[in-house]
Amino acid sequence: MQRLKARFGDAFREASLDRKQAIALIAVEQLREISRYCRDEEKFDMLVDLTAVDWPKREKRFDVVLNLYSFAKNERLRLKAHAGENEPAPSVCEIWPAANWMERECYDMFGIVFEGHPNLTRILLPDEWQGHPLRKDYDILKQDTDWVRENLGIESGQ
Amino acid sequence: MGSGKSGNRERAVAAHNGHERMSNEHTIKTISGMDSVNATVLGADEIILNMGPQHPSTHGVLRVKLKLDGERVAGSECIIGYLHRGVEKIAEHRSYQQFAPYVDRMDYVAAVSNGLGYCEAVEKLLGTEAPPRARVVRTILTELQRIASHLLWLGTHALDIGALTPVFYCFREREEILKIFEKYCGARLTTHAFRIGGLQYETYDGFEEDTRRFCNDFAHKIDEYETLLTENRIWVGRTKGVGILNAADAIALGVTGPVLRASGVKWDLRKALPYAAYDQYEFDIPTRGTGDTYDRYVVRMEEMRQSRRICLQAIENIPTGPIMARIGKVLKPPPGEVYHSIEAPKGELGYYIVSDGTTQPYRVRVRPPSFINLQAFDKMAKGSLIADVVAIIGTIDIVLGEVDR
Repeated sequence: MQRLKARFGDAFREASLDRKQAIALIAVEQLREISRYCRDEEKFDMLVDLTAVDWPKREKRFDVVLNLYSFAKNERLRLKAHAGENEPAPSVCEIWPAANWMERECYDMFGIVFEGHPNLTRILLPDEWQGHPLRKDYDILKQDTDWVRENLGIESGQ
Repeated sequence: MGSGKSGNRERAVAAHNGHERMSNEHTIKTISGMDSVNATVLGADEIILNMGPQHPSTHGVLRVKLKLDGERVAGSECIIGYLHRGVEKIAEHRSYQQFAPYVDRMDYVAAVSNGLGYCEAVEKLLGTEAPPRARVVRTILTELQRIASHLLWLGTHALDIGALTPVFYCFREREEILKIFEKYCGARLTTHAFRIGGLQYETYDGFEEDTRRFCNDFAHKIDEYETLLTENRIWVGRTKGVGILNAADAIALGVTGPVLRASGVKWDLRKALPYAAYDQYEFDIPTRGTGDTYDRYVVRMEEMRQSRRICLQAIENIPTGPIMARIGKVLKPPPGEVYHSIEAPKGELGYYIVSDGTTQPYRVRVRPPSFINLQAFDKMAKGSLIADVVAIIGTIDIVLGEVDR
């Protein structure tokens, strides 16, 4: 953490510990550089998970969350970056190829655009689906009724 | 095939699986954004072959689009999502306890492991721990579940490759484990065996004997499977050198579990970051070097032996005492977040839970091992024969309920 702060200065916003787990809040623009540094210098060689959390009332509504693991140190680190609704996040696919499907899922569920992703398409939902279900303003009963009618030939409804 | 996913309606030269509908707008979309299977850059001898989603060896509803150059696979793309139920969205609308049975429906052949991961994650979020007795019982049931999951994998994998016998043997032993589960909690498949804070049920009379009897018999049973397969010329021919994944690629792709260990990385969460009661028992982490289908077979066989070893040690000394931690009926974890993961039969199963201080989780993210391991399929299948594709799908050991969630 100290080294991260010394190296990236302002882009490194805040270090915190929650339930004994290390979390680094960073600037989203620097996500790729910091990821590369974490992998090469700090030996966080595996991207365990990449996901997002939606906080619609905040100015920048999304948290992009990366869970890293280092085999050499047997340690975990969580990188977190705030991203706005129409603000793309840099893709980390070239650093960890594992990010490919995780970023696609994130795009699918939250509508976060990852810049530099080789194939940013929906992965779990149908390609023509409208809306991003894991956003907080997407109601649990909501469906893309047009898609359901057109493709399944039924009226959707609970 | 009119329903379901549709990034796939390019002019497929051969549609193995029924009639593909054509649609211009999607043709354009597919052409612009496709990584390895690109309909526009087919070589003179290349064709696209659709496999699944209704194909017996895809273990559910996986659809694989293969670009073929003769008998060789030149590229592939997995199309998933047919079983998507929005588990993570449901979690945000249930209380912590109400969501617990849902996790069993992800990797439904290893429901106990799913439950363990979720319960421990919520306990961590609450800042509590299950009592020692509960932790040991959890360990025993989870290891039995690992054996059951590996047995199902072995039976179906061998069946895919053409060996008909193992599946009957494997299901015979798996049945014994499911009977123990049934006696313990009343359910065989989606067990909901654990509760947040410990266990709901005490072990039944004879739990130790049943487990011990199973473990003692099982030693010979594994040898029996091995006589069928390990040195079988056809088996070796179909698995050795097939679907090779080296260690560096495996780590870069985030692959975990037996697939990673078969590539030579000696890493197991039960040892690296112990949870439940694993720090009390002796067991080995089997590894292999080549990372081919045969190695993954050997690793899983050895893992079953080690699971049996853990069960036998644990059953000898189950501590007495309470089975539930003292937590309230209404769970309101303090605001914050936690990531907790366990070594599920398929790899690292993680839960990232964010709490806003209410009775319902603000966000639950499941890190599914099958989903992430499946990503390595393209790497493993490239250059192999089309007949080996079923072997490679089988060897990753995926469950589509978990891939799609």
